Amino acid sequence: MNLVYAFAIAAQMGCGVYLLLSRHGVRILLGIVLLSTATNLLIFVAGGLRFTAPPVIEQGMRMLGTETANALPQALILTAIVIGFALVAFAAALMLKTYRSVGSVLTSDHTDAEALGSPFDKEALRDA
Amino acid sequence: MPEFLAGTELFWPLAIPLATAAVCAAAWAYPRLQQAASLVGLVLTLVASLVLLQIVLSEDIVTKQFGGWAPPFGISFVADRFSAAMVVISSVLALAAGIFAIADLRRRQVKAGFYPLFQGLMVGVNGAFLTGDIFNLYVWFEVMLIATLGLITLDRTRAQLDGAIKYAVLNLFSTILFLMAIGLLYGVTGTLNMADLARVLPQTEGSVALTVSAMLFLLAFGIKAGFFPLFFWLPASYHTATIIVSAVFAGLLTKVGVYACFRVFTLLFEVNEGGIRPIVAFFAAGTMLFGVFGAAIQWDVRRILSFHIISQIGYIMLGLAIATPLAMAGAVFYIIHHIVVKANLFFVAGAIHRATGTYDLRKAGGLMKSSPLLAVLFLIPALSLAGIPPLSGFWAKFMVIDASFRGDMAWLGALALVVGLLTVFSMSKIWIEAFWKTSPRKVARVRAVPVAMLVPIAALGLITLAIGFNPEPLVAFANVAADTMTDPAQFIAAVFSEPRIAGVTP
Amino acid sequence: MQIIFPTMSRLFFILMIGVSLYMLFRGHNEPGGGFIGGLIAALGFALLAMAHDVGAARRALMVHPVALMGGGLLLSFVSGLPGLLSDQSFLTHWWLEIGSLHLGTATTFDIGVYCVVIGGVLCLVFRLYEGIEQ
Repeated sequence: MNLVYAFAIAAQMGCGVYLLLSRHGVRILLGIVLLSTATNLLIFVAGGLRFTAPPVIEQGMRMLGTETANALPQALILTAIVIGFALVAFAAALMLKTYRSVGSVLTSDHTDAEALGSPFDKEALRDA
Repeated sequence: MPEFLAGTELFWPLAIPLATAAVCAAAWAYPRLQQAASLVGLVLTLVASLVLLQIVLSEDIVTKQFGGWAPPFGISFVADRFSAAMVVISSVLALAAGIFAIADLRRRQVKAGFYPLFQGLMVGVNGAFLTGDIFNLYVWFEVMLIATLGLITLDRTRAQLDGAIKYAVLNLFSTILFLMAIGLLYGVTGTLNMADLARVLPQTEGSVALTVSAMLFLLAFGIKAGFFPLFFWLPASYHTATIIVSAVFAGLLTKVGVYACFRVFTLLFEVNEGGIRPIVAFFAAGTMLFGVFGAAIQWDVRRILSFHIISQIGYIMLGLAIATPLAMAGAVFYIIHHIVVKANLFFVAGAIHRATGTYDLRKAGGLMKSSPLLAVLFLIPALSLAGIPPLSGFWAKFMVIDASFRGDMAWLGALALVVGLLTVFSMSKIWIEAFWKTSPRKVARVRAVPVAMLVPIAALGLITLAIGFNPEPLVAFANVAADTMTDPAQFIAAVFSEPRIAGVTP
Repeated sequence: MQIIFPTMSRLFFILMIGVSLYMLFRGHNEPGGGFIGGLIAALGFALLAMAHDVGAARRALMVHPVALMGGGLLLSFVSGLPGLLSDQSFLTHWWLEIGSLHLGTATTFDIGVYCVVIGGVLCLVFRLYEGIEQ
């Protein structure tokens, strides 16, 4: 079972990294999404894979039974999902905004930051 | 502090920025109210952090369990000397930035949400310094990341959007690595509390998962802190933000990464084991060298300074690479000195921009004549950064380089000296171009620099001078801080001695 | 000219707000809670924005999303303060038992989260929709 999960995570990570290396902004974004879901799976596997009951306290009981799942990895994953959701949403909005103002999602066209005070700025060199 | 609040010191440096952020966001339509609330919040945070420092000085380590759940189940918050000092210095910097903002911030930028985001950033920074739980540290990193993304795109210019994308993608990648490291660590040890980890890990057999986890931590914090092969996002994005934001980022963000690195590699993993030390040494050398080389070719003040952040991070990592208590003390001293000096240099850059209307050194000039006060105020942090005695940078560099010659890494010390020389080159470049050179423009348009800008610059300059002329107390402090930091037993004892029982009756 | 969707969206909006409030208070002892409730409510507002325009959704929300977020954050923060008085630790919750009813500061915390989630999501959703409308 662990091995199946390991391969699934590896495949997902591989796809994520491949997309991350792309020049296309949206693909980079999708790569990040894939990587973060793969990481969530990794935490899930790290918590131990066993067939157990869900970690919910039964009616009338004060404690969890002995054969219940570990609730902590699930809590961690939930936190990571929520945070990842916010960040990816923000990044998507950022990419959209950039596309509107620069007119391209290709990172090779995103050169405005480096252009500030560039040592190769012809106009400024003439002034100096 | 009133009687009924005793025992809550750790809470306030976190709570006050959080409450201020909430108030600033709630007062969305009233920029004036936001400004006032923000200033009040910053002053209160500084007071709270000073109180915390005072208590840490007498009690060594203060711990707190939020919600009253006993460790290792609850989330611990821990302040030792190192973290308390970081909280104090970041609060000082934040207050300086808040004052600077009065003069520099435009109405549009306030309306874009500067104040709530800025306070949110402070929540994240202080949280990261004070937490004693590795997953909680991840959460604070994300809080910081969201706030910084908002801050960096405050004006929504093309350059800012461009910088923000690079910043966002690489930092998201870094937090994913961080999360993976946490997942692996949890898989091996079954706990996330740092004190508990420090207790469990020495008894755990070394495994591939642990080694990978350590490497992932190093990479994740390396991206955050701007180590040598991973720093490219930093000079591509920091200079695009508005200058207050740049200054706060430059002062604090990379240092949070460095801080996390120090915590993890003193408390959880031994630097001496598993070949981490040569890697850190290699990173430190590359970081110093390439940062300073990168700066040499640049003409934008902010980009020069951004590259210098990287080279200075190298000096701090030097401390971790040598890993003797002396070197650690040097690193602690260096971080404190560097936060003050680097932020101050960015503030000066803002003042230069206000006076000459440009950040480009080729177009600036003539400031020596028009505003000599600014020239002096620039000279203090600039010389301190380069390590000229008797300023704070000299003592900081002296401590780490001395430690490297005493340790077994003399080559790193030698390299650090060379890099110091190159730093002088960059600083003198700014000095000559912006201050000495006559202005290249026909009509010299020199605007006055407002007092609200000069006050924080002068205040931070005074701190630099004070450390420089009287380094003894801080050196002693750094030594004790390094001792506490390199001795996990104290940390563990402090967290687990908390006499509270788990569980609150529902 | 659409007819069915805008008309039904009003109905669905009210339904979704109702469900979100149910989710919010159900989260007390059972699966649910402020986060999920907030997401459902935000979806309701997003539906309004989609069926009519962002202006209609903004009017329905009445306050600016960021202000709602700030208010929610403040509420959550304040709900943790009583714990400081009882045992000096933030977020130790106080409880009130009235018969079988079970109220506590944790509920206030959840309501705060609910507001923060609505504000945060709508902040982004409105921005994106306005971009499309332009």
